[in-house]
Amino acid sequence: MSLRAAFSARESTGEILFESESMLDRPRLYWQCRRGMLELDILLQGFLDAKFDVLTTVEQHAFIELLDYPDAILLEYMLGRMIPTDQRIANVVTQIRTPVAS
Amino acid sequence: MTIPVRKFDTLVIGAGGGGLRAALQLAQAEANVAVVSKVFPTRSHTVAAQGGMNAALANVSPDNWHWHMYDTVKGGDFLGDQDAIEYMCRAAPRLVVELEHIGVPFSRLDNGKIYQRPFGGQSQNFGGEQAARTCAAADRTGHAILHALYQQNIRAKTHFFDEYFAIDLIRDNDGCILGALVLEIETGEPLIIQAKTTLIATGGAGQLFRTNTNARINTGDGMAMALRAGIPLQDMEFFQFHPTGIAGKGMLISEAVRGEGGYLVNGDGERFMERYAPNARDLASRDVVSRAVATEIHEGRGCGPNKDYILLKVDHLGADVIRKRLPGIRDMVMTFLHIDPINQPIPIFPTAHYTMGGIPTNRFGQVVVPQQQGAEDIVPGLYAVGECACVSVHGANRLGGNSLLDIVVFGRAAGNHIIEYLKENRYGRTVVAQHSIDTALAHLARWDQRSQGVSNETVDGLRNELKAVMDHYCGVFRTEDVLRTGLDKVLKIEQRLQNVYLKDHSKIFNTARIEAFELENLVDLALATVASALARKESRGAHMRMDYPQRDDVKWLKHSLFFKGGQLDYKPVRMKPLTVEGFSPKPRVY
Repeated sequence: MSLRAAFSARESTGEILFESESMLDRPRLYWQCRRGMLELDILLQGFLDAKFDVLTTVEQHAFIELLDYPDAILLEYMLGRMIPTDQRIANVVTQIRTPVAS
Repeated sequence: MTIPVRKFDTLVIGAGGGGLRAALQLAQAEANVAVVSKVFPTRSHTVAAQGGMNAALANVSPDNWHWHMYDTVKGGDFLGDQDAIEYMCRAAPRLVVELEHIGVPFSRLDNGKIYQRPFGGQSQNFGGEQAARTCAAADRTGHAILHALYQQNIRAKTHFFDEYFAIDLIRDNDGCILGALVLEIETGEPLIIQAKTTLIATGGAGQLFRTNTNARINTGDGMAMALRAGIPLQDMEFFQFHPTGIAGKGMLISEAVRGEGGYLVNGDGERFMERYAPNARDLASRDVVSRAVATEIHEGRGCGPNKDYILLKVDHLGADVIRKRLPGIRDMVMTFLHIDPINQPIPIFPTAHYTMGGIPTNRFGQVVVPQQQGAEDIVPGLYAVGECACVSVHGANRLGGNSLLDIVVFGRAAGNHIIEYLKENRYGRTVVAQHSIDTALAHLARWDQRSQGVSNETVDGLRNELKAVMDHYCGVFRTEDVLRTGLDKVLKIEQRLQNVYLKDHSKIFNTARIEAFELENLVDLALATVASALARKESRGAHMRMDYPQRDDVKWLKHSLFFKGGQLDYKPVRMKPLTVEGFSPKPRVY
């Protein structure tokens, strides 16, 4: 079952899954951020480490949905050459592209 | 402990283009095929290949397979095996058409034929005018090929084991390979996949280096697995570097930037390429520019507080030119460095790109090992294709557009050979040697048996150190002293690996455990690479020895073979093609 399907299934039962449960899935999310391109590895894993925990539940869900996109499309999003039509996904892409304050 | 066993005709380890092309050939012949991949198959590194695939279709310029063969032999600095190169170049046009028929949308010319673009190293008439030989699906050729192959495999009912990590090969008492012990990442449970034939297609090992272009999955797992099984690795000293990777990160900044007038400066603000290549300057070939950049940094003329990078200047081109002609590069720099090349120069460093070496095979994909007096034996039941293999079509240096070609040609060839093998070995060998399973299980258990000691070594820490050592001591700038120091450092890292322990011994999605296995693999491959580079006292293709700057065909026109344990052996290059005259070594001048 894909991450998205797993989350949807649990959502449909009315189960509250974020906060502690998302942490349980953290290693799985980390592995989903391993992609076929270095560019995506750096951006997605970096975002997961630095920002995922402070996202709202809606944003966390959008990030998980984003991980189901094919690598070539993800790269276009990440380099700002394409913008997702789904506003929730577009918002999370904007956050991934925003540098972390050092 | 009883380990579950699944049985197949063929086990394919790795789901990039090479593995999937072979699996498709087999599944279409109604073989029962399992593909094991540590990530979801369409996230394999084939997806990153943007350039295209070479084939002498002659759609744009006059062309034929023999010219393609010449360019490949010359590009590889005459170290490639010419029987395999002839086979690949002759098969190329048919395989492009085959790919199109399974759904790869190659870009078209106005007359409806497949578009072909010119790439470096392509010539007409054996070194004459530029040829245009590279077929591309826009700038997503690898993505298009990988997705088409995956979908066709699903249709052909190939069985996928997604997110399984291969630990070790297993064999019978006669040495015939009968599959592998694998680990399901989600559950942490081991599984034996027993198969009459096994194909390794796990890709390259760019993660050996701190600065590299490869996805983080490229840890050379299949090569290291072969090494542990007693198979030598061939020509590991030949690692292709691209001169302009983003410093500290590795992503490629294309040659197009220098083509448009960008130039390199050192820490003194000097345009140093004028000293290394007075005519071509910043547009000299990749190996020349890489060597110049490495030399400037090595001699203390790098930029930045640590003098560890060079600057690529483009701001003088003006905002309009950069926006119009280099938009993709600007996107990349702004995304990853958060600077705008319109205003600021780009920090660059040579970046490791492609593993020419690997598991030695013949042109059918069969893994071969040396016998006495230069003869070779096949390893029964074992095949390898793609970047993890060394067939060797790329010799000492791969030409652009030949890697996608390599994986589809030899993926298909291995598939065909396996089909014949399965016909002749219908019932197969069925008894896996217990000692083989025990050895694999002991390897699997090793990380969990280690308890916390006094050491503070971590997987992340040691991996970062290994990659930095490889950058410094086995990168572009190679001399006896540099390589010897590198070998000492890698050997010490190998010892320290014994002191690394895992904090988390849980089974469910324990990615730290997988990364520990990957680190073990990288350490083995680092030793193979440094030791082979130290031994080869000449400069050939991507292997540049500052202390031996010339190619030496008398002593070194031969393949290196590195065995686990450190022994080196050599075997002759196959200079005789299948049907035509061989190309004899001559100076490689462009």
